[in-house]
Amino acid sequence: MIKESLHKRESSLSKSQKQLEYLANGIFKSGDLPTFKAKVNKSGQHPLRAKKLEILQLNLGYMCNQVCEHCHVDAGPDRKEIMTKETMSQCLEVIKRSGVHTLDLTGGAPEMNPNFRWFVEEASTLGVKDFIVRSNLTIIRANKKYYDLPQFYKKYNIHVVSSMPHWTKDKTDKQRGDGVFEKSIQALQDLNAVGYGMPGSHLELDLVYNPSGAFLPADQTSLENEYKKSLLHEFGIQFHKLFAITNLPISRFLDYLIMSDNYEDYMYSLVEAFNPGTLSGVMCTNTLSVSWDGWLYDCDFNQMLELKVKSKVKHIRDYNSKELADREIVVSQHCYGCTAGAGSSCQGTMQ
Amino acid sequence: MSKTYYNPDDLRKFGKITEWSEELGEKFFDYYGKVFEEGALTAREKSLIALAVSHVVKCPYCIDAYTKDGLQKAITKEEMMEAVHVGAAIESGATLVHGVQMMNKYEKLSM
Ligand code: SF4
Ligand code: SF4
Repeated sequence: MIKESLHKRESSLSKSQKQLEYLANGIFKSGDLPTFKAKVNKSGQHPLRAKKLEILQLNLGYMCNQVCEHCHVDAGPDRKEIMTKETMSQCLEVIKRSGVHTLDLTGGAPEMNPNFRWFVEEASTLGVKDFIVRSNLTIIRANKKYYDLPQFYKKYNIHVVSSMPHWTKDKTDKQRGDGVFEKSIQALQDLNAVGYGMPGSHLELDLVYNPSGAFLPADQTSLENEYKKSLLHEFGIQFHKLFAITNLPISRFLDYLIMSDNYEDYMYSLVEAFNPGTLSGVMCTNTLSVSWDGWLYDCDFNQMLELKVKSKVKHIRDYNSKELADREIVVSQHCYGCTAGAGSSCQGTMQ
Repeated sequence: MSKTYYNPDDLRKFGKITEWSEELGEKFFDYYGKVFEEGALTAREKSLIALAVSHVVKCPYCIDAYTKDGLQKAITKEEMMEAVHVGAAIESGATLVHGVQMMNKYEKLSM
């Protein structure tokens, strides 16, 4: 079980440049596998371009109460990068001007940002249709000051999206740390108690499944059925949808793949499962991702690889919809994670 | 590097068998794909059957492939091990039931 981020351990893979080099070399350089660009080109869809901006995803900081083994953010308690109130204010301006219908707060644990509640209050007045907070669940039980989070979410009609890697204890704790399963179950019960996830409730509670190892996720619908059956039967827990997400080969998951000698096999699986039909719906086509320090990226994964948007405008304070429209998406081999099988994004399998 | 008869990387090359006999290869892979689709049995149930049979026919490629397939289908390790026991029980049963033949022969030949 890992206890510190790659960053804290001063691992060479904590540097985005090193990750990009790794993804560009080896089996991709030798030509054993085609690069993502070549594959997209072959399907006649290169370059991928941004369409209408619909989702603004804000990363409120890399600090987290957990240190999950697969984390693509390399988050943990030792990460100090936190979005300031000033950057948050710039984001609020953009939400007003851009007319995005979805606001998506992520991290780390977004709730650990000291201005999280202020921001939610402010943003909730701006009329976005879907206001998502990606909560890791255990944060709700981590400390007394977070116990009221379910009530707080309810007050602002937040759509809660939470990770739950498995419905069994050993699988969950192995990926996310000892005790995570129990705390997550308690947190889900707390959310259910205020109405989240109940049948017919407008308080949306969705779960995210991502494989705990070097394999791809199964069909989302059958996983959802298994989750629903087991969580209800064993713990009386209810939720709305399950999103099955493929782990992208970056950051700590890339480190895991390399250390466990699974990297090549995993990349073969991803490339083999490439589905050109998913390209038109990948998250980057309608999303803009903002980092804790205000830089703009096509998605959260590109943010972690420090691949800024291909546009004159690169920072939220300079936001300009015309400049960002139709921009070419920056891609690399990690993108194969979004196009495998039924496709995967932060919203799970594409519908 | 030590040489072995089985090379894990060969599993990825399975599709290449079609190159030396296109029609039969394609027919096989079409059939194979159809067999594992959801049907009267779920894809999950079929995966567990395949895992049990993989052990019985002792095919290392199949064992790798269906362990991974099981993980992908969120099949638990307990379920996987029970499936292997089902295969083992049938296999040992098949051996032991021949004990009856041995007993018959023994009786027949004995005064
Ligand atoms: S809870 Fe999420 S952000 Fe935190 S370490 Fe785990 S995967 Fe990363
Ligand atoms: S990783 Fe990002 S840029 Fe690449 S396909 Fe996925 S969403 Fe798009």
